[in-house]
Amino acid sequence: MQAEAAVPASVRRPVVLPIVGLAIAAAVLIALFMVINAAGLWGYVLPRRAVRVGAMALSGIVIGVSTVIFQSITANRILTPGVMGLDRLYVLIQSALIYVLGSAHPWVSNLRTNFLLCTAAMALFAVALHRLFLDGKRTNIYVMLLIGVLAGTLFDSLASFLVVLIDPNEFLIIQSRMFASFNRVTVGLLWPAALMSLAVLAWAAPALRYLDVLALGRDHAVSLGVDYPWAVRRLLIAVFLLVAVSTALVGPITFLGLIVANLAYELLDTYRRGPLMAASALGGVIALVGGQLVLEHLLVFSVPLPVLINFAGGMLFMYLLLKERSAW
Amino acid sequence: MGKAWLLAATVVLAVASLFSGVTPLTPADVLKGLSDVQVRVLVLSRIPRLMSILLAGMSMSVCGLIMQRLAQNRFVSPTTAGTLDATRLGILVSMLFFGAAPPLVRMLVAFSFAWLATWAFMRMLERIKLRDPVFIPLAGMMYGSIIGSAATYVAVQYDLVQNVSSWLLGDFSLMMRGRYELLYAVVPALVLAYLYANQFTIAGMGEDVATNLGLSYRAVVNLGLGIVAATTAVVVVTVGTLPFLGLLVPNLVSILWGDNLRRHLPVTVLLGAVVTLACDLLGRWLIFPYEIPINVTLGVLGSVMFLFLIVRRTAYAG
Repeated sequence: MQAEAAVPASVRRPVVLPIVGLAIAAAVLIALFMVINAAGLWGYVLPRRAVRVGAMALSGIVIGVSTVIFQSITANRILTPGVMGLDRLYVLIQSALIYVLGSAHPWVSNLRTNFLLCTAAMALFAVALHRLFLDGKRTNIYVMLLIGVLAGTLFDSLASFLVVLIDPNEFLIIQSRMFASFNRVTVGLLWPAALMSLAVLAWAAPALRYLDVLALGRDHAVSLGVDYPWAVRRLLIAVFLLVAVSTALVGPITFLGLIVANLAYELLDTYRRGPLMAASALGGVIALVGGQLVLEHLLVFSVPLPVLINFAGGMLFMYLLLKERSAW
Repeated sequence: MGKAWLLAATVVLAVASLFSGVTPLTPADVLKGLSDVQVRVLVLSRIPRLMSILLAGMSMSVCGLIMQRLAQNRFVSPTTAGTLDATRLGILVSMLFFGAAPPLVRMLVAFSFAWLATWAFMRMLERIKLRDPVFIPLAGMMYGSIIGSAATYVAVQYDLVQNVSSWLLGDFSLMMRGRYELLYAVVPALVLAYLYANQFTIAGMGEDVATNLGLSYRAVVNLGLGIVAATTAVVVVTVGTLPFLGLLVPNLVSILWGDNLRRHLPVTVLLGAVVTLACDLLGRWLIFPYEIPINVTLGVLGSVMFLFLIVRRTAYAG
């Protein structure tokens, strides 16, 4: 990927064209999703579908962008932010809330309160992880990731303990939240989530400028004059927060980012992270909206979308792990 | 800390395990002569529980040790190489398709899944040259979560999620006579591990070195993975998952005693027993007369200790 930098600009494939293509594809899919099989009930269909499309677009964009950031700072193409244990924390929070308070409590049944609670808890976890393990002296990202993974295992064992204790009827509510779904989202959730994502990106913007340099790895970045620990810390927190928002909004979609980020790398002949992030975000929208379209109208909901995405992402992960023999 | 201390700790904890529980039973009672009820509690429940704790704790620790040797990576273990997730999938499949079959068949299915997944992961490790040793467990966890999501999907389709969770939650409170005997199958695996300890060390140095030294590399690796898969399957089917044990104990041994596999296999076995006994006792005492399953106590203690290990190891860039 980086090798292309030496090729004269005229020889390189243009970056703009694929992005425009992706944008058109995304727009077409969204339009199709809005109008297909509406049967003339526009007043009923449009607002409801708009919210679902909004949720899909938002989580697709957030996941696409955060994965490219994440893979750039880890200088690695096959990891997803999903390894950091946030999705397991989400399941644990839901299980704990339902076990302690019951499914009728407003903190569980009011989706907005539930969303805010989950985001806050995950943000707290992210910040704690950084405070404890990225304190300037140590900035080995992999170590921090491993710690995130371990925390994930811990959350998992606590959650499975709660699951055993929980009443089977209440458990069905947890189960429905273990998988990503776009049907739960309401307008009241969508706006706060969108605003939060924007705020996080704005906060990370000063560090985002250095993303191209950070992707060269720690040594190069430091010798090119980037304040590496600062930039990495800020971007990692941003990635955590973005994933937290998307997970709290629709539920865990662990492997989507892996697919769309790698799609972006293949499609665009560039090392520049700006276009890559755009392409990856659009890819996220296309994957979710298109996937949902196919599922609803061709496969008639036989398989949930996140399961399909996780499966495809898993296959891609294995392929990449085996194909790229060197230098991971 | 020497082996003698470890042995003493094992004995003390084992005795404590025998004499803690709801039915009053003290060492003094044994001297005075036991009542019928006490004899029955001891034979039906306490001794089977103690034996299963010892066997499971010892064998899972040795599993971790073998895997770490073969992969030459300190962070590889049944938890971080897909073995546990594959076992879960295997048990699910056997519950669905061989529901009426005896436990032995279930175990064989689980074993095949565990072996296949671990073998595939180790083959992948051989093919990738990695920059950072910490990357391997990350890849392993992602690999495991792929298998795990397949298992979860199947479980959801058949409404078995809660059922499987309770089945696989590591817990010794149900270990009674007639339910734990399958665990004795790990004894031959432990003996084999001891006999082939040196071969595992050599195989861990890589195929070229091992072949140069006159070792049938493939055979040794397959034997090691077979031991790991069989032990994991047996333990998960009878007790449930014991997270972190295979990761934690070998790392502690290597910090405290060093890295000679064969000489430290007994230490690993004993430390595995001590950790498991201690976590089980903690779970039994904390909310007496109720119990916290060992999955939770081990998960909490294990992750805290492992965090400490990582921070320490990477501080020395080990």
